Order: sequence, then C-alpha cells, then structure tokens
Amino acid sequence: MLIFELSQPKRRNAVQAPATLAACDDIPAHLRRRQPPLLPEVSEMDAVRHYTRLSQKNFSIDTHFYPLGSCTMKYNPRACNQLAMLPQLLARHPMSSENTGQGFLASMYDLQEMLKEVTGMAAVSLTPMAGAQGEFAGVAMIRAYHDARGDTARSEILVPDAAHGTNPATAVMCGYTVREIPTDSEGNVDLAALKAAVGPQTAGLMLTNPSTLGVFEKSIQDIQRIVHETGGLLYYDGANLNAILGRVKPGDMGFDVIHLNLHKTFSTPHGGGGPGAGPVGVSPRLEPFLPIPMVGIEAGRYRWLTEKDRPQSIGRLSAFMGNAGVLLRAYVYGRMLGAEGMHRVAEFATLNANYLMVELAQAGFDVAFAKRRASHEFIITLKKLKDETGVTAMDVAKRLLDKGFHAPTTYFPMLVQECLLIEPTETESRQTLDAFIAALKEIRDEAYSQPELVKGAPYSMPVRRLDDVKAARELDLVWRRG
Amino acid sequence: MPFIPHTEEDIKSMLSRIGVSSIDDLFDEIPAELRSGQLSGIAPGMGEMDISRLMTERAEADGRFLNFAGAGAYEHHIPAAVWQIATRGEFYSAYTPYQAEASQGTLQLLYEFQTMMASLTGMDVANASLYDGASGLAEAVLMAVRAHKTSRRVLMPKTVHPLYRRVVDSIVRHQKIELVELDYDPAQGITALPEEKDFAALVIPQPNFFGCLEEVDALTDWAHSQGGLVIGLVNPLALALLSPPGEWGSKGADIAVGEGQPLGSPLSSGGPYFGFMCCKQALVRQMPGRIIGRTVDLDGKPGFALTLQAREQHIRRAKATSNICSNQGLMATAATIHMTLLGPDGLERVAAACHANTVTLLNSLVKINGVKRAFTQPVFNEIVLRLPIPVGDVLRALEVQGIVGGFDLSPYYPELGQAILICATETRTAADLQKYAEQLERIISRRSSGPTCTKLVPTATSKW
Repeated sequence: MLIFELSQPKRRNAVQAPATLAACDDIPAHLRRRQPPLLPEVSEMDAVRHYTRLSQKNFSIDTHFYPLGSCTMKYNPRACNQLAMLPQLLARHPMSSENTGQGFLASMYDLQEMLKEVTGMAAVSLTPMAGAQGEFAGVAMIRAYHDARGDTARSEILVPDAAHGTNPATAVMCGYTVREIPTDSEGNVDLAALKAAVGPQTAGLMLTNPSTLGVFEKSIQDIQRIVHETGGLLYYDGANLNAILGRVKPGDMGFDVIHLNLHKTFSTPHGGGGPGAGPVGVSPRLEPFLPIPMVGIEAGRYRWLTEKDRPQSIGRLSAFMGNAGVLLRAYVYGRMLGAEGMHRVAEFATLNANYLMVELAQAGFDVAFAKRRASHEFIITLKKLKDETGVTAMDVAKRLLDKGFHAPTTYFPMLVQECLLIEPTETESRQTLDAFIAALKEIRDEAYSQPELVKGAPYSMPVRRLDDVKAARELDLVWRRG
Repeated sequence: MPFIPHTEEDIKSMLSRIGVSSIDDLFDEIPAELRSGQLSGIAPGMGEMDISRLMTERAEADGRFLNFAGAGAYEHHIPAAVWQIATRGEFYSAYTPYQAEASQGTLQLLYEFQTMMASLTGMDVANASLYDGASGLAEAVLMAVRAHKTSRRVLMPKTVHPLYRRVVDSIVRHQKIELVELDYDPAQGITALPEEKDFAALVIPQPNFFGCLEEVDALTDWAHSQGGLVIGLVNPLALALLSPPGEWGSKGADIAVGEGQPLGSPLSSGGPYFGFMCCKQALVRQMPGRIIGRTVDLDGKPGFALTLQAREQHIRRAKATSNICSNQGLMATAATIHMTLLGPDGLERVAAACHANTVTLLNSLVKINGVKRAFTQPVFNEIVLRLPIPVGDVLRALEVQGIVGGFDLSPYYPELGQAILICATETRTAADLQKYAEQLERIISRRSSGPTCTKLVPTATSKW
C-alpha cells in the first residue's frame, strides 16, 4: 500500500509544525499556490509504521551478505554515522565563516592529507559529490592542463572496453570523443591495440586497476609509458581501490589524476543509491586545476581555498563544498583504521576473493580468468550451465535472493558471457563465504534437477520477478488519485 | 583488526585452501617495485572511544550559532522520526536498487518521493534525485539543450544563486553551450523581460537569490513565445505557498529543478543535500538520473523497478543523457518521510512561519538608522538589506555575539554596495529576532560614533 492510500483528509501531526498558520498577505495573489500539493495526511505513527515496513522489504549490508562486484559493499561502521551527526556538525551553516568551523575544517584537511598519502598523489580536493563527478573533475582537469599549454588538438580519450559506463559518458561530457581499447585473453589491456590507438590526438587514458575483470593490470608500467610518451595523461578510476588500498599507490603506477569512491573504499553508506563522495587526487602538474573549494592551512588556521587561490581551477561542482557529512564519515573510518588497518583492507579483501574463487573453482564453477590471481573480486561464467539447463546468470542471481544472499553483479563486464562478478570484501567472515558457496552449489543442483524452479525465482521476496518491459512502455512514475 | 572478522585459524585454513603460504603471495602479480611500504603519513588506528572524544571535542569547539543565513541552505526543524528511520540499516546500508525484488522498500519509497515532488512542482514526472541544486541546474541546462535541438544558448538571470551559476559553467562549458547573463531591475530586484532571441531555455529562479518573487507568469509566457523552454529553479518548501512551476504562465514551465535541502537535510556545512528534477511528460526520456516506475510481477502483483535505464551511462555509455550514476537516495528517503510527517498543511505552516519571521525581522531592522531594504518586490523567506557600514565588519561583530548574521552580497554584487542577504526561518523565536535587531543596532551605532569593531576577529591559531 502506498502512503497516499493511507491518507485521510485533514489528519495532521500537531507537534511537528508551527501551531498556527501565519498570514502571508504581502505575497501577491497571482504568485500564490491555488491547490495544495498531493502530500500524505497521516499520523506520525502511520508514517513510522509505513516506512519501517518499507525498510523491511530491502536487502542491505546490515541484513545480508552483498557480494556485488565492483560496488565494495562492506560494513558501514556505526561510529562513522554517529560522529558525523553530532549536533554541532549538523547545525553548521555552509556560508558561516571559517572561525565557526575550525574543528570541522581540521577534519577535512586531515582527510585530504590521508587520501594524499594512501594514493600517492600530490594534492586532493574533496568536493566531487560522487564517483561520476570525480571522473568529470578528473577529465576536466586533463582538458584544462592541455588547454593551458596551448595543446588543444587533443580530442580523444581512450577507454578499455571493460570500463564502467561512466568513463565514456564522462569523456563525452568533457567534449572528447571516445576510443575503446580491447582486452586480451588474460584480461589485460591489449598493448598492441593501445600502441596503435595513441597519437597526438590522445588527451588521456582512463583506467581501472585492478580492472573490472578482477585482475591487476600487470603491464601498467608499459601502459603509462605508452600514453605519457605521446603527451597523454593517465586517469585512475578508483572504483576498485579497495583491492590495493595500502598495498599499491596509484601515484606510484604513474597516474596523473585519480578519483576515489569513499562510499566504497572508505565504507560510507550507499544509502539506497547515494549520497557518495568522489574526491580527486592529482600529480603536481595538475594541482592548479583541482576543483574548489579545498581546505588550506595558513598560520595555523584552516581556511577555504577558492577562486582567488586557484585561478586555474576547473571550478565548482556543488553549491558549497560537496557532501561534507559523507566526508566526515570517511574521515572517522580512516582514523579508526589507521595505517595498519588500511594495509589490511586490501589484504583481506584479496584473501576473501581468492578463497571464494578457489573454492568455487574446486566445486566446478568456471572462473573466467582461472590462471590469474583474483584481486578483490573475480568473475565466474555460467555459460555451461545455461547451455545445459537453460538457467541463466540472472536466474541464479534471483534464486540467491531466496537463499538469503544479495546477488553478485550480473552481466557486467559485458565481455564475459553469463557472468557473475563477485566481490566479498574484507568485512565478511569465512563462515559467511562458506554459506554462500553452499548456496551456489544448491542452486546449480536445482538448475539440473528442476530448472523451472530456478527460472521462476525469487519466491520469498515481497514480489516475484517484475515486468521491466511494461515498466518502460507504460510509464507509471507518479501516483495519481484514481 | 578493525572491521575484519578473521581469526588466526581462519587465515591459516583459507591460505591453505588457496595453496599459498602467506597473504603477500596473493599480490605476486603486482610488480614488486609498485608495492608501497609503510603508510608513514597516516597515524595509527584509533579505538571508537578515542575517535569519539576527538570528534566531540572538535564539534564542541566549533559550537552552535544562532543562524540568520540562508543563501541556498536553510535551517528547518526536522521531525525526530525522519533520521531515526532514514538511518535504519535497511535504508542506510542498501545499494542502488538494481535487484528490484530485494529492494522494494527503497523503490516504493522513491516512487512516493517522485509523486510528492511532481505534485509539489505541478509537473508530470520526477526523477529519484540528483546530487544537489546547483549541479541539478547544470543537468537541467544540458537537458533543455538536448530537447530544444536547434539552439545552444541558455538565458541565466543574475538573480540565480551566484555559486549555482559558477557550477553550471564548470559543468556545461565543454559542450559548446552559451550561458547568457540577464540583468535585474535595480529597483525591484527581479529579472526584467529580456530582449533575446534564439535560445534553448530561460532559467527562472523562484524565489530568486535575493528572496524576491519573480514575475514567473510573464517570463514563462515570454520564453515560450520565443520558442524557448522554461527551467524553473525553485525552493521546494516555498512551493507550499507559491504557484508551482507547472502552473506558470499559460503552459507551465518545462523543467523544474532545485535544492531539496529544506526538506529534511541538516545544514551540515553544505552537504549531503539532494537535487530534484521534474518535467513535462514529453521530456521524460531526456531526463538524467534514476527513475522508478510502477509495474507488476509475474503474478500480476504491483511492484516497483528502475525504469528507462536505456538513457543511462551503464547501458548507453558514451551516448547517455549524463554520466550520472548515483543519486542522493538517503537524502530523498529523509525528504519523503519529512514531507509525510508534515503533510500539505504542516508544510504550508512551516513556509508561512519562515516568511512571517523574515518579514517581522525586516520591519524591525529597517527602523535602525541607515538600514534600508534594497528592493521593492515582495519576497519569500529572505531579504536584501543595505547597511551603512561594511557587511564584513557587521558579520564579524555578530559572530562574536554567537550569531551567523547572513550572507555578504558585496563580493558577488558590487553594484549593490554594502548589501546583506538575511533569512529567518521558522526555527527563530521572537527573542532571537529581537536579539539580532538589538545587536545590529548596537554594532551600527557604535561604528558610526567611534572605534570600529573590526579587530574582533579571533586571532588564536587553531588547536587542530
């Protein structure tokens, strides 16, 4: 039932709004609203019950194992939430002066420094509000760098075919055309193809390492040489930074610019789709172009760095400073981990992924890149299962929901047929991984013994499989009083 | 180990199953020279008690101020239930609802959110939120240019938030889009009917950055008569009182966009907030961001799913409507609960109280010698005053009294002289308003009669 269907005309909550309706007669009649908006009229208890019940229809990290490849669904520590929601932090107005926020700014400055150290970059700006905005900032900086040198003929961004869709979409937003680079049979960027593709038109290469195929790009040093020799720059998509946090610094691999997804690597919550945070880090030559505002320190006081300090900046990406509350959560997380804890993120994310991969391979599942080590994630392909039973990767994913596990990422990357991209993260125990393995085996048995059962899954969710075609063809995006 | 559950026994047995002798062996594909050593610049880890103490100390040192600043972020009462429910783990720690069957809670909530936003703005459809108001406006500009097809010029009044204009410029400048600045009437503080032709869209802020109410009907009809689209940039709370974009002029605005913060997002130094976007049905396929649709399951039972994904980057890649991937789902969750608890009547009471407080404050401030209202046009919730002394000095002096006194317009609108933007929401009491008026009067009279108070800037260095 929708909240609107619980609504009763004139039902009100007395204590949450002002006791009286103030007169606003100075607002001219022709600018006034004539009909009240369609908002629910329910009691506080109705609202609390309705939304509590809705929450119970969700899978979440707090309730289920969530091995969603490329999404790094690790535990979101509760202390991060509590400390980011201290009353003084929540009450601070973004336009109030730096004097009113030295403690807050100290945390932001410290976070910038922490991210510099762990990524090996020379400077960091925290302002991008999501990974995709970080990507935009990064490619815009590449453009600004070339433009500032009068090197304006560079019109193309190179993107591996395994890349996230945001990479090509971002390059286009920055006015570039996109050229895809194929992947070789071991999951690496095809070096010969890369060499053939680079030239004076190359502005840069966007790369995720480890790639979305779950393997480390072994030839990264060759790749960076090839791109840099033509005058292009190297962009690091931080989607998979969890795999190397504390083990390898993107700066040491030769990247000129990176973004981090703090909602992945630094455990800030996904919130059912956001907010995230996508800070960007750069090598010294790109520092003047970083998005503003940033936090600087001068004579022992923290202050905003703005247009005046950074005249070559690519500019502002949000009205204020980005998702401050998300950044605070990431900062608390980083402080709790410390240096040792950060090393262990990559170590245990990798341990869990390799354990899961080896166990599944032993159980007879086809690992896509069996000769390789898994990074923090890996791919299995269910092509054989589909050929023999008709059960698809999507069917298996849906059946996993019935077994109490969120599905891995399906059908991405598109290079591998019937694929499941599995990322367990470091915060899951061996016992959870073993239970997941057992569930996958059960489902495979079901696929052979009663394929229709798997094809019809899920059965235990609030709804069964949904009609996506109807959703797109007969658009119903808002409720209307019937 | 922080947030890692492995026992020594687990590690040993897992390594043995993998067939390696140490965790280091798992990194043997990474060239040795790339492996980083110790992270010497990062401090040792802290326990929960110690980090709690540090963050609490910092927060308490920052303190709390009596706030009279708006300028795009507004202090409102947020009902207790809003964040208690929004931070339930099932909302807080869920991913984007790609697996619809296991995400019906988030999906239904966002469908309700879309319904509320579409109704509030008077538009046909809404998306499931964008990053914030400023970047949302940039997306609206891109969307209007896509929809218009022939022109790449967008009319941007100077009465739009100056930082929003900068954000729009940062985001759209690579796509050969021309942003044409429109002047405002210096007496009224609103956008005059421009003499422009050949444009894709006109942005109409309501209320505008000065708090003044634009003549939205005339502007909308004019833009449509020139063949341009209309983007309404609105404060969603104001829409409880003000005519919604869908009803502007004879045909209504084409796109409504804005900052959702007044609906349940705490000020929190600027974020996270959320942008919202609504539009006419005909433009829905040009809309960026996630959209939830209602459909049915295999048994014919109603359910919800992400829809129109063919617009998005994960499907269309280089041809997507935007590179947007995430939204601000948790803030939209809070907004939905916030609007539900207030209802149409509560939201109107809040909006009216904000406005009434601001008018009360205005009436007492203009009695102070030398303080004048800058514009004649009626306002909502926010006003521009001209002061007889530098605004920067006034703000510093108020800060010493525990007051965040408003937003200094002089760096952005030098033509206004010493002008300040002030806002008093429903959270300000009569005593708060009186305190502000008394302090402002004291500061101005002291400054007019003797030594300045510019030396009141704290000079101690930060202990952090």
